[in-house]
Amino acid sequence: MNRMFAIFEREMRKFFRSPVLMIMSMMLPIVQLVILGNAYGGKIRNARVAIVDYDHGPQAVRIREACAAIAVNIGTFKTVDYSNEVQAREDVRTGKIDAALIIPVQYSRRVYAQDAPRIGLVVDNSDQFTSSSIQSELQSLVDSLNAPVIQPRIVKNIAVESVELYPYVSYMKFLLAGTISLAMYISVMIGGGMLYIDDKARGVHEGYLVTPITKLELVMGLNLAGAAKAVLAGISLTIIGSLIAGLNAIFNPIADLELLAMIVATSLAFNGMMFLMMVRVDDPLVPRAMFGVLNTLLFFPSGAVFPIIAFPKWLQAIAIIDPFTYCVHGFKAILLKDGGFVAIQYDLLFLFTFGIGTLLIATPLFKRTL
Amino acid sequence: MNPQPTTLDQNPKPAGTVAIAVENIVKRYGTFEAVKGVNFAVNDGEIFGLLGPNGAGKSTLIRMMTTLVPITSGRAIVAGFDVAKESDSVRRVIGVIPQALTSDPDLTLEENLSIYAKLYGVPRAERAKNIQEVLEAVDLVKWRDAQTKTLSGGMRRRLEIARGLVHNPHIFFLDEPTTGLDPVSRIAVWEMLDNLRKTRNLTMLLTTHYMEEADKLCDRIAIVDHGNLVALGTPIELKQNVPGANVVEVHFDRETEQWKSRLEGLEGVTSVQAESAGFYRVLTSSGSRTTMQLVELAASLGENITSLSVQNTSLDDVFVHYTGRQLRDEQVKAIFTMPPRPGAQP
Repeated sequence: MNRMFAIFEREMRKFFRSPVLMIMSMMLPIVQLVILGNAYGGKIRNARVAIVDYDHGPQAVRIREACAAIAVNIGTFKTVDYSNEVQAREDVRTGKIDAALIIPVQYSRRVYAQDAPRIGLVVDNSDQFTSSSIQSELQSLVDSLNAPVIQPRIVKNIAVESVELYPYVSYMKFLLAGTISLAMYISVMIGGGMLYIDDKARGVHEGYLVTPITKLELVMGLNLAGAAKAVLAGISLTIIGSLIAGLNAIFNPIADLELLAMIVATSLAFNGMMFLMMVRVDDPLVPRAMFGVLNTLLFFPSGAVFPIIAFPKWLQAIAIIDPFTYCVHGFKAILLKDGGFVAIQYDLLFLFTFGIGTLLIATPLFKRTL
Repeated sequence: MNPQPTTLDQNPKPAGTVAIAVENIVKRYGTFEAVKGVNFAVNDGEIFGLLGPNGAGKSTLIRMMTTLVPITSGRAIVAGFDVAKESDSVRRVIGVIPQALTSDPDLTLEENLSIYAKLYGVPRAERAKNIQEVLEAVDLVKWRDAQTKTLSGGMRRRLEIARGLVHNPHIFFLDEPTTGLDPVSRIAVWEMLDNLRKTRNLTMLLTTHYMEEADKLCDRIAIVDHGNLVALGTPIELKQNVPGANVVEVHFDRETEQWKSRLEGLEGVTSVQAESAGFYRVLTSSGSRTTMQLVELAASLGENITSLSVQNTSLDDVFVHYTGRQLRDEQVKAIFTMPPRPGAQP
């Protein structure tokens, strides 16, 4: 045991002596949280929508007034008057404006006659996000214009009334679970993978192998140290990330215990996975080359940035065996939903089993000789 | 169950006077035979050198003896323990200094030594004392709290030596201990190793490709070439085995094809080696007589001698005698091989 702790001590002393690993393992996830959280989490503002009014009647004026109200209040778009539909369409195509609303001739008359009144909307659907936001806003506008001025006493239409269980979850909050997982992954990749192979290449392991340390002591010492570094990265990012994203789960002691359990389980799982992949590798370039591939292969299918149910079947299959999936699910359950241990028990079970399983496979593969 | 941590007093002494015995040891990588049935024994308390060029099999030999590389066939006994069957017991009684500098640059000297003391199972009560002793032995006491990366190459090598001694081993293996050091640091390491052998009654086995190092430091030398042990003896014995007591080095200002045969015809000459254009190394039983004849020969032919020197036989000559080539040629070849010219015929 003393020998195992000697390896652990060496790794941890090195880790604290050179804080670069800690900083580097948190830099990318924090930048990602701030940039992606703000970039994807916002709503469309100040899109330019052309209004081509061929009607000029009272109903056309109602539409223009409603659009002006949107521009002044929610600000999704602002309107620009066009006299020519062809020109408006061309300007949408070239990107001068984002959409064009066409109010046809006789529109007001058709409204009064209840004769299928229609207005046209030209959108640039190469930008789905902007075009669907404008469409959605204009649909709401039309729905409100269609609503009768005096509501009937008995509502005959079916309506869905949604109940949101949790306060509004911004994209940055949604992203935080993935960010914590990513920080631990990077810590394991650098602190467990790259440094392990670099030490091997520099001959540090040769120094260990001539001492009476057993294979199990050496494997356990290296893995314990790798997992401890990932735990520190996980704790740091949970605190920093929660403060940046504005989540207050960290101020609840029970949630802190649940988070700690998730962090420890994730660290063991990631470290076991990394050790299994690196146990027979000697070339220092290999972990560097694998870094990006693994990041894409494991992080994105995990539901960290997009819901798993939206994936095709083959991607969902990757998600099932991906430890990131359980890690992200567990952190979301605590940080966003305050779900308690019940919500994370299967995540913990998977992560601990995965970590111990990979370590059990890796240990016999570890060579006690050069 | 692992054996209990051992200290110097608890360690079993090597059986008899033989500290290391290697019997017909072979190492094969696929079809390539790196070590081809080598036999030798190292006596208790001696410094034994394995001398040979890069790729000769020295490091493979040392790695087999230190349990780092499995032995393909044959047997190695270190401190009375069979390396293949009792590797853990072997590890407890040996200290190993690898070729590379492997102490952690971010840790202090004391931290590096402390971690290795723990890895060797040195009891807590003895750790501080051992660290102090080895730091004194390698003259690094005042640097004990410095980070290893702040040390010079020579100091780092001394730290490596201290690290190998922190558990008071009986037998010390050093793989090219002075490679990469400047001449002053190299001499300092030689002196230190000699002192350690005397004060700690250590048996040392070192590999080197420096003739001078082997000559100055080793009680006995084994010359290894292409995985074979080609000669074994004390430096004096090895030199005596080479025909010729002196070496005459002569440089003519003009190269002619006949120089080699003319030099071989001089009285007492046992061999002539062409070093470069016009430069010859002549082994002779009488340096003074050969020199006189050589000068007369050059004068009679009207040739000029640019330089002339007479020396005693060196290990260089021993190496040439046993392997048929210069050790330094092998070093140069190992460092730089001219790439083939595009379009050149093989």
